[in-house]
Amino acid sequence: MVAVASREIHDGDLVFVGMRLPVLAYAVARNSHAPTARGLFEVGLMRDQPAGGFLGTMGDPPNVAGALWATRMSNVMALMAQGEVDLGFIGGAEVDRFGNLNTSYVGDPRRPTVKLPGSGGGADIAILSRRWVTLISHERRRLVEKVAFITSPGHGDGSPGWRKRNGLLGGGPVAVITTLAVLRFPEEGGEVCVATVHPGHTVDEVLENTGWDLKVSRDVSETSAPTEAELAAIRRFDPDGFWTRSSVTKG
Amino acid sequence: MAEAIERFVPDGATVAMGLALEPLIPFAAGHEMTRQRRRDLELVGPISDALFDQLIGAGCVRRVTAAWVGNVSEGLGHCYRRACEHGIPRPLEVHDHSNFSISLALWAAAWNVPSLPTRALLGSDILRTNPGIESKDGLVHVDAVQPDVAIVHVQRADAMGRAHAWGPLGISEEAGLAAKRVIVSCEELVDASVTLSDPNRILLPETKVVGVVHEPGGAHPSPVQGYFRRDHAFYRHYAERSRSVEGFNAWLEEWVMGVSDRSSYMKRIDVDSIRIRHQRLAAPADFGDE
Repeated sequence: MVAVASREIHDGDLVFVGMRLPVLAYAVARNSHAPTARGLFEVGLMRDQPAGGFLGTMGDPPNVAGALWATRMSNVMALMAQGEVDLGFIGGAEVDRFGNLNTSYVGDPRRPTVKLPGSGGGADIAILSRRWVTLISHERRRLVEKVAFITSPGHGDGSPGWRKRNGLLGGGPVAVITTLAVLRFPEEGGEVCVATVHPGHTVDEVLENTGWDLKVSRDVSETSAPTEAELAAIRRFDPDGFWTRSSVTKG
Repeated sequence: MAEAIERFVPDGATVAMGLALEPLIPFAAGHEMTRQRRRDLELVGPISDALFDQLIGAGCVRRVTAAWVGNVSEGLGHCYRRACEHGIPRPLEVHDHSNFSISLALWAAAWNVPSLPTRALLGSDILRTNPGIESKDGLVHVDAVQPDVAIVHVQRADAMGRAHAWGPLGISEEAGLAAKRVIVSCEELVDASVTLSDPNRILLPETKVVGVVHEPGGAHPSPVQGYFRRDHAFYRHYAERSRSVEGFNAWLEEWVMGVSDRSSYMKRIDVDSIRIRHQRLAAPADFGDE
């Protein structure tokens, strides 16, 4: 999942990294195919080189040492509000077929069945970054027909031009990366579609674990396995498997 | 700390904390509020790594105005969930924000205007649940949020309240400027000649600061650049213990209620395992004027 996420980072991108797994994906990208990418962190940091030590959060001391910029959050948000952020990552508890994300409430917000932690910077990234990617564990209860609450809007109701019509600045989600597959959106937005299935898993398994009638791309293929360089970077930046071993439950 | 909380954080106060996000969280101040059994607080902050969860679990909180409440390295906040889902130990009102919008709400109060416009939150259901955020004419207007008191933990400060903080600052400046009062807790209490040698590094105007508390380790388990790493194991331990009400109450007794102050608390921490040992000094800045 981390290696696949890292491939969404293009060389030269300014990436809004955020918390958790994307921190590792950024480190992997920077050490394999994207050596000139830069990372932004809403705590108030810009970096080029990934941190030298293990990070439990983006605010850990190794992420500050050697930073390109240590500042206040609103300065980092200024860059994103100007459309300067190429790619963002957002985790979610629920995602729907149009890429809308819920990280707030399961059930009625006034009396929720589950109270999730909230937006953090998620809604900001969803609306303001040029493109973004969701990382989520592939389960029926997480990939749902319609999210109970739109914390971070994707392609809204899926109709053409929904984002532009509603004034959302960036292009929206381009992919949902799950523990089973990579799902991609058409360039103009709309509904997500299975693009590749991870090694060891099948299209049927993906469909069974999705809460709607998920579309499958005509040229669906297998997700490329992690390369040696990607694996080496993962081992270097997550030596004890803190993120990669338990990434599913920490969503 | 006990005196600062006693004097400046009454029941019902709106308190901003955890303003630098994951680093520099004033846990010692939060624990003191809990020991003094504060009630009906409104907590204001961006992400609150476990501190808000603890105060909610202890029954001190009426409302949370924040972008995210949980445990950053471990996930959900169990006390937060229990309060929202079951009203345990008491019902909680939530004013949802994003990181950007809580920053804007505080800048609005800092600049003494009723609201600030943004493109953030267009299309988000946060507009439906937060009465202080509305969409109008293609923009989102975020109402001002004014804390009664903002509490910041910093690396060093002098007795006049000039605080030097370094590393990422999150929303510390707008929260401090928006608040009626600021309490500073610090790793080191230094002479004014140190703080005034670098006025650019002073976080907030001394006119806002009503109390300075010398509280080494006051941010534990959050990190303090140059002083302490984040104590990941402590956060994990808290997440496990707080899964049940009984577990949380036992944790609270062990680490907050049964502890007299921060120095006793720090005696129970393996400080050597988290202390930062290697200096990485910034180049001095020349403020020469003649």
